[in-house]
Amino acid sequence: MLRATLFLAAAAAVAMTGPAVAQQNEQFLPSLVYRTGPYAPNGIPFANGVIDYWNMINERDGGINGVKIAPEECETGYATDKGVECYERMKSKGPTGAGYFSPLSTGITFALTEKVPGDKIPLLTMGYGRSESRNGAVFPWNFVAVGSYWTAADVAVQHIAKEMGGFGSLKGKKISLVYHDSPYGKEPIAALEARAKQHGFTFKAIPVTHPGVEQKSQWLAIRQDRPDYVLLWGWGVMNPTAIKEAAGVGFPRDKMMGVWWAGAEPDVIPAGDTSTGYKALMLQHGAGKFGIHADIEKHLIGKGKGQGKADDIGHVLYNRGLLNSMLGVEAIRTAMKRYGNKPMTGEQVRWGFENLDLSAARIKELGFEGMVAPIKLSCQDHQGADQARVQQWDGKAWKVISDWYTADQKILAPMVKEAADKYAAEKKITPRDCSKES
Amino acid sequence: MLYREAGQFKTSYAADMAVFPIRQDRIALWLLLAFVFIGIPLLANFQIWPFGSEYLLRAILVPFLILSLAAIGLNILTGYCGQLSLGSGAFMAIGAYCAYKFGTGVNIPLFGLALSIPPLPVLPSILLGGLMAAIGGILFGIPSLRIKGLYLAVATLAAQFFFDWVFARVQWFTNYTSSGSVNAPQLEFFGLFVNTPIERYMLCLIFVVVFAMLAKNLVRGNLGRQWMAIRDMDIAAELIGIRPLYAKLMAFAISSFIIGVAGALWAFVYLGSWEPLAFSIDRSFQLLFMVIIGGLGSILGSFLGAAFILVLPILLDQVPHALGIPVSVETVSLLVFIVTGALICWLLIVEPHGFARLWATAKEKLRLWPYPY
Amino acid sequence: MILLGQILEVLISGLLSGVLYSLVALGFVLIYKASGVFNFAQGAMVLLAGLALVRSLDFVAAQGFPMWTAIILGLTFAAAVMTLSAYVIERFVLGPLVNQDGLTLFMSTIGVTFVLEGLAQMVFGAEIYPLKLFPTDAWFLAESIFPGGILLNKLDVWGGLIAGVLVAGLAVFFQRTKTGRALRAVADDHSAAQSVGIPISWIWFVVWLVAGLVALVAATVWGTKLGVQFSITFLALKALPVLIIGGFTSVPGAIIGGLIIGAGEKLAEVYLGPFMGGGIEYWFGYVLALVVLMFRPQGLFGERIIERV
Repeated sequence: MLRATLFLAAAAAVAMTGPAVAQQNEQFLPSLVYRTGPYAPNGIPFANGVIDYWNMINERDGGINGVKIAPEECETGYATDKGVECYERMKSKGPTGAGYFSPLSTGITFALTEKVPGDKIPLLTMGYGRSESRNGAVFPWNFVAVGSYWTAADVAVQHIAKEMGGFGSLKGKKISLVYHDSPYGKEPIAALEARAKQHGFTFKAIPVTHPGVEQKSQWLAIRQDRPDYVLLWGWGVMNPTAIKEAAGVGFPRDKMMGVWWAGAEPDVIPAGDTSTGYKALMLQHGAGKFGIHADIEKHLIGKGKGQGKADDIGHVLYNRGLLNSMLGVEAIRTAMKRYGNKPMTGEQVRWGFENLDLSAARIKELGFEGMVAPIKLSCQDHQGADQARVQQWDGKAWKVISDWYTADQKILAPMVKEAADKYAAEKKITPRDCSKES
Repeated sequence: MLYREAGQFKTSYAADMAVFPIRQDRIALWLLLAFVFIGIPLLANFQIWPFGSEYLLRAILVPFLILSLAAIGLNILTGYCGQLSLGSGAFMAIGAYCAYKFGTGVNIPLFGLALSIPPLPVLPSILLGGLMAAIGGILFGIPSLRIKGLYLAVATLAAQFFFDWVFARVQWFTNYTSSGSVNAPQLEFFGLFVNTPIERYMLCLIFVVVFAMLAKNLVRGNLGRQWMAIRDMDIAAELIGIRPLYAKLMAFAISSFIIGVAGALWAFVYLGSWEPLAFSIDRSFQLLFMVIIGGLGSILGSFLGAAFILVLPILLDQVPHALGIPVSVETVSLLVFIVTGALICWLLIVEPHGFARLWATAKEKLRLWPYPY
Repeated sequence: MILLGQILEVLISGLLSGVLYSLVALGFVLIYKASGVFNFAQGAMVLLAGLALVRSLDFVAAQGFPMWTAIILGLTFAAAVMTLSAYVIERFVLGPLVNQDGLTLFMSTIGVTFVLEGLAQMVFGAEIYPLKLFPTDAWFLAESIFPGGILLNKLDVWGGLIAGVLVAGLAVFFQRTKTGRALRAVADDHSAAQSVGIPISWIWFVVWLVAGLVALVAATVWGTKLGVQFSITFLALKALPVLIIGGFTSVPGAIIGGLIIGAGEKLAEVYLGPFMGGGIEYWFGYVLALVVLMFRPQGLFGERIIERV
């Protein structure tokens, strides 16, 4: 026994010494993933999209402007402390350190927000994370690109109003929010309350404890309360369970709308026929295949190098993974214009993000036409877009059912400012002056 | 040969009862302390392997130290006093959130009268956080007077889930932030700012060393012996005049205090920003594992257990990548699960008393080496 | 009248969901009764059984076999997997741990949990797999008396029926069969049972096997309710308060505990929850259990704990 323990200790010591050989002309890009555990059904397709895009860039173009991407995944299991450990492990790998991080977890995003300013690495949190981090003066390293939870909440109310026949008819109506009881689920409450006050509808927030396997009482309460609309802010197994319970109590699924994290295939397919009619917001893009998918199929799937299963290509979360990587890669490309075609440091990538300008023509060139609208980030605005559409599950596929909505800046901008100022005061941050940034 | 106490004579009772009665042990301890207090900062300062990057300090040593501290706390309750607890995560959470409240200013409105405490410096905040955890520990320790063994373990889960809910729901604890996630205040001790990894490490180290010494001396003293009597058989202990009420509640209080301080450190020093999920039931299980694998009723065991349970999965996770074996992270992380679980079973089978017993065996063998009879 | 109907509805739904917890709690009781092991791995066993069932069922169905063949083959395969795991656990973990104290045994089952969770996801996949063995829609009863009727989910009713059959079957097994009697003998006193010639390791294997099959039954119901995925292991935590209230050693206790916890937490969540911000049911069950323990430290139906100096 003693001998065995000593042997184990020695083996551990050996394992620690193994130095990873890094190529000099490679851009190291880390990916925090969760392919196991309670949230794996949603984590897997996103992670596949992320890594497939990078590999495709390497296969098709030989890297970003000739600089190969060196990707590495680290499993977080959606746990904050494991995410922090992964971050520490990967932040200084490669010749220039990690280019950027995308944790796909609100909890990890909050923890890393405290750490990235010291390490000078940008955080790309596309459609999640801190809503107030849109303010680039206070949050220089966070990029809540494409949309925040507040955008989603605001657009959701706009769509409900449209279905009911205008904002005027919201008065006296009841809208309930069934949310994942975590920072992720709580983020939209402030934005929804602001809208409730403005339009005079009754807003009710109903928490579901992590991971959301038991929701009978929540839905019985909804059956008794009879709200006019239910918003679903869930993640993982909570979403299909909610849809099934809604069906169980006879709540109409077409009066249910999920956020864009509750609107993918793993959220509706497990609920079977009961999810027909269920609606969800789109983070601009939806399901389906676009120009980029042809390249993925040609360069990866055809050669047997794809991570994603052939059926999953074109699913919502896979597409979102592609989009996430595309934004990162384009930011690096932008940075290279200024700093030269070599691996970029985190600080340079941030400059790339802040000067990222994806025009319609460029998006078409990249094969993302129809998936995203043009987006332009700046030093002050780290979100760049405020638009979303609504999609509906017809039993087999997601169908876009609405036009573009734009979140109302009259409501959201003061909220972003207030929350960012509060954060700056708490952390004693002096916001940088964006007019002086080059 | 080297490790033999021949020629070391004890001339007083105090010397006989010393924490480290053997001279070699004392030398080893001083060397160890010198290394962790002077050696590691020097190595880190000159960036000598393996301290070339911050990874070892930030992602392994700091969490290891903090969780060791929490394991010491749990060991007092479970290892010395025999009260099984699955609520350690909750007590860590109380420590963290209360320290946050004291650090940002407490304001309790009481029917028009407001009880206000201005924001306190970090050190008193952390200690007060620990104190609040101690109070919580006493409250949830009261059932232990009637409920025993596994039933008590499940009852402490009530504390776990209750406090998970409290910190998620009562916005007062999170200063009404919209997301319910809070940020640690700037770490300032007597005008010194603790920011760099090595400073964070030193901070945790000081806490751990102080509390480990306190705990070690506590369990050797009157109170510690009462605890052990209760653990070995509480009815018999009662018959020889030990008050179970006092002894058990003291165990809950002191254990929760230490766990609470560890929780505050975990939040302030390691995470920086946290939500209740950071102190979930998984944390409680993790701590219980550390205590049992390390050795119940052993301070040293708490450190060994923490090292094993925390560091082993991290190491295993990196082995295939370091060796250049192309396996997907999914397979690796599942393998880590399987190997960790299997190792735990195996350890329990070959040495149910944990690493502390193994250490004792090693010392026995070393005494006779190289001429065992 | 509306209020009465609503309360009745919550009460009935609560009672039935409580029975679903009991399905998981039963596995704990069986193993604790026969071997004094607090088997934390029960949740992981439900996951393993569920994954084995749904994956083999899908595989067979994809080969073009009719659904009922697929279900039978799937159940057989899952039962085989549970048999194998029972054998391995007994042979390699609990066998060598004979005579260790309860805490060590408890910890070893957590080790087993890790292994099972890892293996199950590695072999069968970590995604979510829908299972549809029972209807999940609802009946609306007594609509003439209460507006909107009283909602009754068919799956919950099925769960209740299955639990009833299971308990009756286990009672017959314990009371009427030779192995069942041997099981009770082992539960009373290991060494005495061994000295009259009862093979302990065989008995323990049988217990783990039965617990594994109970897990399979639980997996059919819960898998239909949630889809089979890692989250199903969290059910172990929902089953614990049921276990405390009923007592670790009582099969009927597990059912009655389930009824109390189910009704209590649903009523609390629906009627107290809104005043406290909601989400209280997770701890409410535990606090309820704690209160019961204060009066009866061995649970409602547990064997009286007698201590001697």
